[in-house]
Amino acid sequence: MSTENTAPNSSKLTPFNLIAGLIVIVGLFITVLRFTKGLGAVSNLSNHSPWGIWIGFDLLVGVALAAGGYVTSAAVYVFGMKRYHSAVRPAVLTGFLGYLFVVIALHYDVGRPWRLPYPFIVGWGTTSLLFEVGLCVALYLTVLFLEFTPAPLEWLGLTKTRNLAVKLTMVLTIFGVVLSTLHQSSLGALFLIAPSKLHPLWYSPYLPVFFFVSSIIAGLSMVIFEGSLSHKAFHHKMDATHLQESDGLVLGFGKAAALVLAGYFTIKIVGITAGNHWHLLTSPYGYWFLVELLGFVALPCLLYAMGAREKNLKLIRFTAAWTVAGIVLNRLNVSVIAFNYHLPVAERYFPHWMEIGISVFMVTLLILVYRFIVTRMPILYGHPDYQANH
Amino acid sequence: MAISRRKFLGWMGAAGIGSTVAKSAGAASTGHFTGYPGSMGVLHDITRCVGCRSCEAACNQVNNLAAPTKPFSDLTVLEQKRATTNEAYTVVNRYESSEPKAAIPVFRKIQCNHCLEPACASVCFVRAFKKTEKGPVLYDPSVCVGCRYCMMACPFEIPTYEYNEPLTPRVLKCTLCAPRLEQGLLPGCVEACPKEALTFGKRTDLIQIARERIRNHPGRYLNHIYGENEMGGTSWLYLSSVPFGSVGLREDLGIKPAPELTAGALSIVPMVVGLWPVLLTGVFAMNKRKEKIAAQEQAQAVAAAVAEAQRKAQTQLTQALDKAKKEKDKALEQAEKAKEQAVKKALEAAATATETKPQTKGEGEEV
Repeated sequence: MSTENTAPNSSKLTPFNLIAGLIVIVGLFITVLRFTKGLGAVSNLSNHSPWGIWIGFDLLVGVALAAGGYVTSAAVYVFGMKRYHSAVRPAVLTGFLGYLFVVIALHYDVGRPWRLPYPFIVGWGTTSLLFEVGLCVALYLTVLFLEFTPAPLEWLGLTKTRNLAVKLTMVLTIFGVVLSTLHQSSLGALFLIAPSKLHPLWYSPYLPVFFFVSSIIAGLSMVIFEGSLSHKAFHHKMDATHLQESDGLVLGFGKAAALVLAGYFTIKIVGITAGNHWHLLTSPYGYWFLVELLGFVALPCLLYAMGAREKNLKLIRFTAAWTVAGIVLNRLNVSVIAFNYHLPVAERYFPHWMEIGISVFMVTLLILVYRFIVTRMPILYGHPDYQANH
Repeated sequence: MAISRRKFLGWMGAAGIGSTVAKSAGAASTGHFTGYPGSMGVLHDITRCVGCRSCEAACNQVNNLAAPTKPFSDLTVLEQKRATTNEAYTVVNRYESSEPKAAIPVFRKIQCNHCLEPACASVCFVRAFKKTEKGPVLYDPSVCVGCRYCMMACPFEIPTYEYNEPLTPRVLKCTLCAPRLEQGLLPGCVEACPKEALTFGKRTDLIQIARERIRNHPGRYLNHIYGENEMGGTSWLYLSSVPFGSVGLREDLGIKPAPELTAGALSIVPMVVGLWPVLLTGVFAMNKRKEKIAAQEQAQAVAAAVAEAQRKAQTQLTQALDKAKKEKDKALEQAEKAKEQAVKKALEAAATATETKPQTKGEGEEV
């Protein structure tokens, strides 16, 4: 099955491939520069702004948008929503690739990437939230890899190993949800240490809760969003089950996202109230905060609810993309835009084009690897030899 | 003691008791940590500083840092607000005070404040930073990964990074001249200060000295020792005639030591690890049971329906058989009757025949 279906991609010189190729070349060029000239040559990072978009986008957004893996597998295996089963494999694959590229991107940002295992070998800095993030991401990447293995094992025809991997599903799912709860929230908790640097509208003792709850929203929206992209690109790869379940999935996840967004909106209001920051809403940062809260939390909540009520799949798909943009905005607000709000404009951080270049490079590589896998392995369709086990 | 306190705390943290460790990153006691007994510090009397940059020059020399583009005697650099860099662990800034009584500019020296419970040490995931019992907060480049979380966390924006080192960048900052202290020497900056704006000593003594100065010159000083309680207390202490905010020292940092800011979040970790699997397994088990019961009920319903259908079929069959039997009996009866009648008729016919035959014969005989 796999070999025949690579045929439609045989003409390699598509516009997508050309652009992707160009990005990869530029990305490799910046990579060389980074590891020969240092961070200073390729970034606008400074002593005041030691974290830029490689943390704000590649790490924070990357991890949040890779939440589809744990959200979907929890929905299907723990909460028993078996009708969404065909969504698990693509979601787990995106989750796995998302985390993989988060870790790869980190190699650019940290000074001595080969020391990334040091926290667990020589350091044990357990008082650091970053230790928790590191440990959970390392473990979760392993979990996602194991959750993903049935697909390549089916592709390779290793039935025995595949059946063993499938047996682990339940344990892996629960472990995955625990780890995701921990590191999704800890990414927000990273900023708890700096109340004097993060604008009070975004700084809150509830930051870990905000990050965790919004990761669920990100996961749900990402599954819908990426599903609609896949439908355009890999429709021929999807089997009857996948196509049949996908409309129900969009509706169901849209409804769930509306609910979680409503909860998220509520706790954001609680956050402002608890800090008594209402008066700050009339400042420029306040307007920006309202753009995020009303435009990218309240609005999508409403649109999702409308879409679910009217069974308007198009509206739900649009809202999913909108919500994903909202997650990007929120993570960048916390890590970059509202961070160092106290500094004069001249000392503020704005990403160097090469920083953006590496982020685009990472996303492109992710898409290329995703394409390589779904055109070969049973991701969007059930493998004919293993149908009974689905 | 075979096991160091730090190691022990590390194990406790690893065992999931993160909250207690976070709170006591700098101290084993649960109460307010006021510094290791006898630990050293520096009192910077801002009112005495003339902005001569001698401390900067000394710092540059004792730390073997690269020579700056402009010599230290060039005071025009004071026209710009400067921050510490990886080539200058300390800088002096000039602040034009808006206070009418202090028309002259004031100068303030900037360097690592060597917090009692440092944010950098609490956020470092390889424990590259350490608050030593003597006072200095020290950095170990041999374990540093270069994540720069320390720089994000430092409320005084002190640690700096070698951004132009491609493979071996370090985080650099003032060491309170720990190597010189080992040799019984003063920190370079303190030794170089010509105006005694810097006083080195035991932190507890420095607080007494500062209090005395405030008491003796109430008009000259604000009644506040910056660093006594800020961020839980720092080894560097400041006296000033103008509000600390106007000389670039933030007044909104609060008195909570940095580790307390993350203690709550860390304390949730073991709770999630302990309870989430229980909750999720519970939900899973409930769903599985629901499915099982549904399947059982379905099976029961199917069985009942089948039984009912069978029963109905049986009755119908019995009825049909009965009916058929009855019909058969009836038919037999009728046949029997018909037979009897036929026999009877035949007999009668025969009888009649035998009666008439002799008659005919007789008639014939008679004829």
